[in-house]
Amino acid sequence: MSADNESRAERIRRLLETEGPTVKQNAQGFNEGRYAAMADVDGERLRTEAREIKEDAIERLPELIETVRECVEANGGTVSLADDAADANEHIAEVCGDADSLVKSKSMTTEELDVNEHLAARGIDVTETDLGEFVLQVADEAPSHLIAPGFHKSTDEIADLFNARFDPAEPLETPEGLTAFARDHLGERIRDADVGMTGANFVLAESGTLALVTNEGNARKCAVTPDTHVAVAGVEKLIPSVDELGPMIELLARSATGQDIAQYVSLLTPPTDSPTIDFDSEEPIGGGAEDREFHLVLVDNGRFEMREDEDLKETLYCVRCGACSNSCANFQHVGGHAFGGETYTGGIATGWEAGTGGEASDGTDAGSISPASVEFNDLCTGCSRCVNACPVKIDVPWINTVVRDRRNRGADPSGIESLADGLVPDSESAGMDWGKRAFGNIDTLARLGSATAPVSNWLADSAPARALLERGLGIDARRDLPEFRRETLRDWDQRRTPGVASPLTDREAVLVPDVFTNHVDVDRGKAAVRTLEALGVPVRVADVTGTGRAPFSQGMIATAREKAEAVADALAPHLNVTGTAGERFRLADGSEASVNAGRDLVFVEPSDLAMVRAEYDKLLPAEQAENLADGSFEVLEYVYGLLENGVDPAPLTRGDGEELTYHAHCQQRTLGLDAHTEAVLGRLGYDVATTEAECCGMAGSFGYKADYYDLSVAVGESLAAEVEAADGAGEGANDDTDRRVVASGTSCEEQLTDLLDRPATHPVELLDPARGPTSE
Amino acid sequence: MSTLAATFTDALDGLGVESTRTTAAGFPDALAATVEGPAVGTPLPFDGVSLDGADVAVPPTPDQLRTAKTGVTPVFGGIAEYGSVVVESRPEGDELVALYPERHVAVLRESDLVAGVDDATDYLRERFEAGRDSAVLATGVSATADMGATVEGVHGPREVRVIVLSDR
Repeated sequence: MSADNESRAERIRRLLETEGPTVKQNAQGFNEGRYAAMADVDGERLRTEAREIKEDAIERLPELIETVRECVEANGGTVSLADDAADANEHIAEVCGDADSLVKSKSMTTEELDVNEHLAARGIDVTETDLGEFVLQVADEAPSHLIAPGFHKSTDEIADLFNARFDPAEPLETPEGLTAFARDHLGERIRDADVGMTGANFVLAESGTLALVTNEGNARKCAVTPDTHVAVAGVEKLIPSVDELGPMIELLARSATGQDIAQYVSLLTPPTDSPTIDFDSEEPIGGGAEDREFHLVLVDNGRFEMREDEDLKETLYCVRCGACSNSCANFQHVGGHAFGGETYTGGIATGWEAGTGGEASDGTDAGSISPASVEFNDLCTGCSRCVNACPVKIDVPWINTVVRDRRNRGADPSGIESLADGLVPDSESAGMDWGKRAFGNIDTLARLGSATAPVSNWLADSAPARALLERGLGIDARRDLPEFRRETLRDWDQRRTPGVASPLTDREAVLVPDVFTNHVDVDRGKAAVRTLEALGVPVRVADVTGTGRAPFSQGMIATAREKAEAVADALAPHLNVTGTAGERFRLADGSEASVNAGRDLVFVEPSDLAMVRAEYDKLLPAEQAENLADGSFEVLEYVYGLLENGVDPAPLTRGDGEELTYHAHCQQRTLGLDAHTEAVLGRLGYDVATTEAECCGMAGSFGYKADYYDLSVAVGESLAAEVEAADGAGEGANDDTDRRVVASGTSCEEQLTDLLDRPATHPVELLDPARGPTSE
Repeated sequence: MSTLAATFTDALDGLGVESTRTTAAGFPDALAATVEGPAVGTPLPFDGVSLDGADVAVPPTPDQLRTAKTGVTPVFGGIAEYGSVVVESRPEGDELVALYPERHVAVLRESDLVAGVDDATDYLRERFEAGRDSAVLATGVSATADMGATVEGVHGPREVRVIVLSDR
């Protein structure tokens, strides 16, 4: 495995090459399955119900623990509540008594506790019976995924592993052969075992019932075959009763693997009535149920502290389906051995790893929230594709942002902070990562860059400067730096003559420029202004640049909040908070009098719009955030609204059947706004193909960072491959002509332009009336 | 055929599970056509049907259980939408018999079918309250993808057959 001195970049590069291809195939397979399976049900209703059930259960946790204790004890079992891993392992060892062997079904909580190691030290022979866990036990590796722990391993690798370890008469080669071998090997262990250990997907407090959701049937066998059944579950697994189970059953398998329902949903209220079985006996089965023992070990190990933590609490709603991993472009390419901690993997792992465990053995640090341990959370770029995937609606990116913020604050000061403090006056603690701080204050840097352009661009692009940037800030020298424009969008706006003499509607728009549109890609901002004015909407450019997205994504929450407050102040005069949605887009020649004089806030950059719509509620007072969110639009969403309300698109530049491939921005897709762009482009006569990739991999600053450059490019290449595949899929006579590439996000444009042989442009630039039908 | 039964049959088809719909009178023939020996079973508590006289060991010894090709059990409910059957943890050993042999033959009264998961949890709540509080919702055959491709027949059965008693 890895050498101890392997750098982060080297580790990612190694995993991209070794485990990446298998991980990608499996994660993308699960992800496609999830989309298909969720399309068959009312996902929004089920997710809302599931969320409410988990919120309520965590709220009532102490009461549910008492209820389940009474129930299980009345049924004839025992319940213990373990404070930490050491405590849990003591309880487990105690109830195993003088057992020699134990068979286990899959349980992440027992991985968290290191139960196997502890029992082995007590002389108990532990066998994992889930095939994926068994492979890892043989290989002595950690899980790379929440539900498919060994999904970084290919059939060939598993065959090599088994052939070396077990030396079968005929070498194993196929999935069928490997499965049959493992079944027989593990079947014998199960028949001989003294104790069966399971986890639990849910524990139903009011009846003392375990809900176990599996496909292989090993949990059933582990629970029914040995006389003694030990179940280990985090306290968050408690829900009140079978009444709350329906949405969970409907959602779990769909979210996890794309199945309608898992093969086996076991609802066991142990000790069960099933007869005991002794495979050495010649007597027919029947009776003996009174000999069955059941022990439920509930585990705290930090969870009660998480429950008191407003930001990490959501983690406890997690049902461990792995959808946040499967929907994550970074995870798809590198897997849980990079994007994960000691036990947990994927976006939600940040919450679990920060909140559980600690130095449990001495009891002092047990369960303390430990953000420092989750350095991997930088692999969450905040693309938000997991947000809609999560069956219990956990805001996984927010958990990552919060933990990143705490890491920043906990960092030791180093020598560079005085320099940082002078250049970027923010609200962050001294000592935080200097590269993050630079990216988080990109608006300040961009202002300086434009003021001194083009000299700033020449200087920044010089070889010595790039070397310094890579060493000092971790900015990869292989990336082109943004070229700051001397004339910003706002400068241009102030010098120009407004383009609408007589408005066609009662709308007025304020274009809120992001940092890149104002300072770097000024053309797309101009195109947006001209497009809206051509549709009869007067446009002015806001006096504020950026929304705080940059510091937010670096985990600089205080700085982001200050920025949000400044943005809210600057934009407040434009908003008419008494306006209602129904009044939007009324045409000026409509018979009703216009009562809403408020202006609409229009964003060219989807990540800034998403900041206002989806993140400001965490940074600003609720009403203020809501007013801003309600008044904000992505530019093509806005154009769509105008056209839907009868505005004539004639002044816009049309496509005349031109073929293009459109990559919607990740956060835009999460908000459901990709369809608006597709509809507008379609209506204007473009032949639109779309991409499936969850994210471009650039993700703001992520792709600039030297540590993550290779991963960013790997993710981008998957997207580029889709674009190239679409090139060859045309039906017209122009099959050999590459399609035009269109992307809504700055990052997506940069990534695609870097990786393809043609530039990517923002869709609004196609609509721009100043663009001739044949010009670029 | 009732709508529920038709939905259930379609769902089983989709899972690759063969089903036979028969009356109590036709049960012995349906059973004979479905069972491949050696077979083990648990008693059927449904009016007018029985494993008596069939070549099925009831109750089996552990060794018979381990080496059986077929295990026959009653199931106490089914979810039409998904083709799931409810295997109960009865003292007679349904859980073991439905799990260990390569083929599980599930015998279901058509009147025990419910439409979807919501109805199933209502139904389960009633049974839980009556003390019948351990059951498995089993859908199709045991499967894994952990060896690099989907393989059917892991720790549980590789084949499932359902006999639906249309007059019960």
